[in-house]
Amino acid sequence: MHDSEMTLGPGALSRAEESPYGIKSRKMAMWLFIIADAATFGSILFGYGYLRLGSPDWPRPFAFFPTILNAAVMTFILLSSSLTMLAAADAAQAGRRSQAVRWLAVTALLGVAFAGLHLREWFTMFGEGWSLSHNPAGGPVLFGASFFSITGLHLLHVTAGVVALTVMALGHQRGRFDAVHVETTGLYWHFVDLVWMFVFPLLYLMNAH
Amino acid sequence: MADSASPSPVHRDTTEKLAQLKHLPPEGFLRTHVFSLDHKVIGKQYLDMALVAVIVGMVLSWLMRFHLGFPETPVPGLGTIAPSSGAGGVMTPELYLSLMTMHGTIMVFFVLTTAPFAGFGNFFLPIQVGAEDMAFPRFNMMSFWVTFVGFLVLLAAFLVPEGAPISGWTAYAPLSAVGKDAGPGLGLGQTLWAVSIALFCVGQLLGSLNFITTTLDLRTKGMSLARMPFSTWAWFITSIIGLIAFSVLLPACVLLFLDRVGGTSFFIPAGLVISDRLQPHSGGSPLLWQHLFWFFGHPEVYIAILPGFGIVSHVLPAFARKPVLGPRLLIGCMAAIGFLSYTVWGHHMFLSGMNPFSATLFSVPTLVITIPATIVVLLWIGTLYGARLRFTTAALFCIGFISVFVSGGISGFFLAQPSIDTYLHGTYFVVGHFHFVMGVAAMFGIFAGTYFWFPKMYGRMMNETLGKWHFVLTFIGVYCIFMPMHYLGLAGNVRRYSAFTDEYMKGSLPLHRFITYAALVTGAVQILFFINLFWSRFRGAVAPENPWEATTLEWSTSSPPPFDNFGTWHPVVYRGPDEYGVEGPSGDFRMQAVPDRGGKGAPA
Repeated sequence: MHDSEMTLGPGALSRAEESPYGIKSRKMAMWLFIIADAATFGSILFGYGYLRLGSPDWPRPFAFFPTILNAAVMTFILLSSSLTMLAAADAAQAGRRSQAVRWLAVTALLGVAFAGLHLREWFTMFGEGWSLSHNPAGGPVLFGASFFSITGLHLLHVTAGVVALTVMALGHQRGRFDAVHVETTGLYWHFVDLVWMFVFPLLYLMNAH
Repeated sequence: MADSASPSPVHRDTTEKLAQLKHLPPEGFLRTHVFSLDHKVIGKQYLDMALVAVIVGMVLSWLMRFHLGFPETPVPGLGTIAPSSGAGGVMTPELYLSLMTMHGTIMVFFVLTTAPFAGFGNFFLPIQVGAEDMAFPRFNMMSFWVTFVGFLVLLAAFLVPEGAPISGWTAYAPLSAVGKDAGPGLGLGQTLWAVSIALFCVGQLLGSLNFITTTLDLRTKGMSLARMPFSTWAWFITSIIGLIAFSVLLPACVLLFLDRVGGTSFFIPAGLVISDRLQPHSGGSPLLWQHLFWFFGHPEVYIAILPGFGIVSHVLPAFARKPVLGPRLLIGCMAAIGFLSYTVWGHHMFLSGMNPFSATLFSVPTLVITIPATIVVLLWIGTLYGARLRFTTAALFCIGFISVFVSGGISGFFLAQPSIDTYLHGTYFVVGHFHFVMGVAAMFGIFAGTYFWFPKMYGRMMNETLGKWHFVLTFIGVYCIFMPMHYLGLAGNVRRYSAFTDEYMKGSLPLHRFITYAALVTGAVQILFFINLFWSRFRGAVAPENPWEATTLEWSTSSPPPFDNFGTWHPVVYRGPDEYGVEGPSGDFRMQAVPDRGGKGAPA
C-alpha cells in the first residue's frame, strides 16, 4: 500500500493518515447523517408525545383487524428486508457480485411492498375521513396531523431508500459502486428499519383500542 | 475494474487514488467562480454573502434605531419604499416589528453562523489539517447554494404585498402559525421565513457533516487530534453542535409550515380568537414550538460564538508570541460548552408559562456553563499576562472580543436566575446582553479573523492604520450602544416596542437618542472596514507566505494557496500549533510542518 503511494506520486488525499476509526469517509458521513436524522425523528416523536400527553381525550381508533395486523405485517416485511440487506452487503464484501445485486433487488422489492401496504392503509384512512386537519373518531384533530406527518416522514425515508437501493443494485452490477457503497446504503436501510421500531409501538400499538 | 469479478483490495485502493489524482483545477468561469467545488472559493462565497447580509441587517437596525430615537421624525425616502406601512416616512409599529424580525433572522443565521463557521471554516479547516479539499466537495457546493437560496427566499419576504413577518427571529407560535389574521407579514411573509430557515438548516447540516468528516479523516501525517490548531477544534466542535441543533430546527420549521398551509394544529391551541376570528385549529401547544426552537436556539448561540473562541485562541498567541495557557483545558472547556449548550434551552422560556420547577432545572446548567466560559477567558488573559504583544489590528480585535464577551457574559449571571429574569426578560437588559455576548463578540471574532487571514486569502495585506482606526472607533461605539441598554432595562424599559412616546416611558427618550447617535456613527465607521477590504483586495501590499510569523499549516503555503492547497508538497506535521517564544530556525517560533533539522518539506 505504501509502495503504491510512492509510485503514484503526489496522490491527492493519499497523504492523509488512515482514519483512526478505520472506516472510510463515506461511511463516516452516513453515520453522521444517521445521528442527525435520529435527532430529527427524535424531536418529531418528542412533539407527538408532548401533544399526546397534553390531550386528555386522545383517540385510540385502531382495531386489531385490519390496522394493527397490517402494521404487524409491514413490520415483518421491513425486518426481513434488513436481513436481505445484510445478505447483500455480505455477498458484496465477498465479491459475489451477481448475488449481491439479487439481494439488493429483493431488499428494494420488500421496501416497495412496505410502501404499498402503507399507502393502501393511508388511502383507506383518507376514505374514512382522516386527514391532517380532520378526525372522524372524535377528540383532538392532532391525531391525523401527527400520524400522517410521522409515518409520512418515515415513508419518505423508505422511498428514498428504495431509490438508493435500485441505483446501488444497477451501479454495483456495472462495477461503479463497490462493497463499501453497498454497506453504507445498508446502514441507511437498517436505520430506516430501526426508526420503524419506534413508530410501530408509539403510533400503532399505543393507539389501539 | 468493471469486468473483474472480485477486485483485490490493492486494486481498489489504486483506482480510488487514481480518481483522486483527477483533483485538478476546473476550467471556465462558472466552474471556477460560481459552482466551484473548491473549499476556498466556497468559503469566500459564504463570506461575501455574509457581507451583503450584514449590510442589509445593519441598515435595518439604523431604521429601527432612528425610529426609537425620533419617533415622529420622517425618514427621508421611507414613504417611497414602503408606501403603506411607512407613509410620510414615519413607520408603523408593524413595520418596525418586521424590520426587527428581519434584522434578527438575517444577523443570526446569515451573518453570525455563515461568516465565522461556514466562511472561515470552509477556507481554513482543510488547509489547517493539511488536506487538499473537504471530504465531500459536492456536498460543500450544495451547502452554499442551498443556504444562498434560503437567503434569497428570506429577502423575498420584503417584496410580498403585506411585507416581512413581524413575529421576531424566534417566530413564536401561535402568532407565527395562524397566518394572515395575526398581522401584516404573517401571511406569505412568514411562510417564506419558514421555508428559508428550513433551507438554511439543510445547507448547514451538509456543511457540518463535511467539517466533521474532514477533521476526522483527512488529517495529514503527524496531525494528531492534539496537534490540531484551536480554530480547527472550534469548528469541529461547532459542527458537532450544528449537526444536532439544525436537525431539530428543520422538522420544527416543517411542522410550522404544515400548520400554516396544511391545516394542522401542532402549535395552535383550541379556542384562539385573533382579529375577532375564531381560529379553525385546536389541540396544539405554543410551548412545543418554544421547546423545539430553543433546543436549537441555545446551541445556535454557541454555533455563533465558538468559532470566535477558536479564532481568538488561534490569533492571540501569534501576536503575544506565547503559547496559549492550558491548551488541553481550553479544548476541554470548548467541548464542555458544546455539551452543556443542549441542556439550557429552557432559560429562554422562564416567562413562557412552563412549570416553575423546570425553571430551576434549567437555571442550574445555565450557571454551570459559565464555569468553562470563565476558564476560557482566564486562559486568554493568562496568555496575555507578561507577553510582549504585537499590537496589530487582529490582536486588538481579539482583546476587544474578550472585553465585550466578558461585559456581555456578566449580565448572563443575572439572567440565569429565574427570579431576576422574571423582571428583566422583557426589557432592554436582555437586548444589551445578547448583543454584547453573541452579536458584537462574534462580530469581533469575524473582524479578527478577517484582519488575520486576509493576506492568506487574497495575497495582499490589509491597511493596518485604517484597521486600527476601525477597531478603536468600533470598540468605543459598541459600548456606547449596548451598555446604556442595560441601564434602560433595569429602569424597566420594555423591548420590542416601536416607540416610547407615552408619559411613563418618555424619560428614556434622551438615552434612546444617545444610543441612536452611537449606532449611526458606529455603523458609518464600518465604511473604513469596507474601504480597507476592497482597496486591499486590489491595491494592498503583496503578502508574503507568513506575514505574522505564525506556525500553523496555512502559513506554510503560498498566499493565496494554490488550488490543491500545497502544490506538489505533502505537509507532514511535527509538533503542536502553539510553538511560540522558542528557539526556531527563522525566529522565535517553530512551524508545525518544519522538522527540527532540514528544510521545508523534508521527509519524516
